[in-house]
Amino acid sequence: MAKKKGSRELPELTTSSLPDLIFTILFFFMIVTTMREVTLKVKFVVPAGTELEKLEKKSCVSFIYVGPPTDQLRAQMGSGTRIQLNDRYAEPREVMDFVAQERTTMPDPASQVMSMKIDQHTQMGIITDIKEVLRKSWALKINYSATRRGN
Amino acid sequence: MARKKKKVPGLNASSTADISFILLIFFLVTTSMDTDMGLARRLPQPPEPNQEDAQIDVKERNVLNVRLNAAGNLMVNHDFIDINQLRARAKEFIQNKNNSPKLPELHAKQIDLLGTCYVTDKHVISVQTDRGTPYNVYFLVQNELVAAYNELRDDLAIAKFGHPYARCSEDEQIAIRTYYPQKISEAEPKNYGGN
Repeated sequence: MAKKKGSRELPELTTSSLPDLIFTILFFFMIVTTMREVTLKVKFVVPAGTELEKLEKKSCVSFIYVGPPTDQLRAQMGSGTRIQLNDRYAEPREVMDFVAQERTTMPDPASQVMSMKIDQHTQMGIITDIKEVLRKSWALKINYSATRRGN
Repeated sequence: MARKKKKVPGLNASSTADISFILLIFFLVTTSMDTDMGLARRLPQPPEPNQEDAQIDVKERNVLNVRLNAAGNLMVNHDFIDINQLRARAKEFIQNKNNSPKLPELHAKQIDLLGTCYVTDKHVISVQTDRGTPYNVYFLVQNELVAAYNELRDDLAIAKFGHPYARCSEDEQIAIRTYYPQKISEAEPKNYGGN
């Protein structure tokens, strides 16, 4: 009898495990995140293709960006096609130093891959110059960055 | 007069959730999950310094000349074609099913797992661009050529091993790569029709 008379309070929902839950999600994102270490000074829209491969081994990839300067920089730099290596604009011949410098930071320099992020309206002349320098510096594995397109 | 036990006040942890939420949102915003993708190519080795003219004589029938001009027009051997026709054209060239004298010569070759096959292992697809060719046209051409090879390899893998190329074992992939070696060469750009 007394049992039934006792006030039936709704037990409070315990939220003490909420932080753990959020922390788990947080760690997931911390692990998968890859922050871009350079600020882009060129803008580019990569072409779309169907026969793409994923870039394996992130630590062995160096990026070369090619495209016109971003809108903020256009007033100073004009709208001609530029090459960006790390944080600054560069000339095609400077690619050789860049390759050598990147190689020193890599665990396995033999599998170095150059990922070329090139704007689709770039003319082939500048790209050929870069490729020629890459050949000379023995960075033979290249990857034309692109987005996937449905058939 | 038993004293009440002194209770240690519990640490208020209710704001931990908020803190971790803020961190979570930060990482959510900065994260870029997209894996970088692209068309993988391999550049030829640099020429030896004392090598004067490394022109290897290749028979005309073994070469598919793909030329791109500054306007982005495509010419294969002596025909102007559309980019959509390139894949079929390249497949026909690489295969040479009917042993046509205009397409690359077939050689008997002993391949592990496949036995003796007649393959066009001397063929070359030469891509030549102008300095003014737009990059996206060049990229599409490369994409179509790689697609031609991939389709042929897949067809062969299904015919011989019953599953597509990507699911073949290491040895099977080597056999198929020997059957259809990827030979795309890139010549120095020339100025076709000026800029």
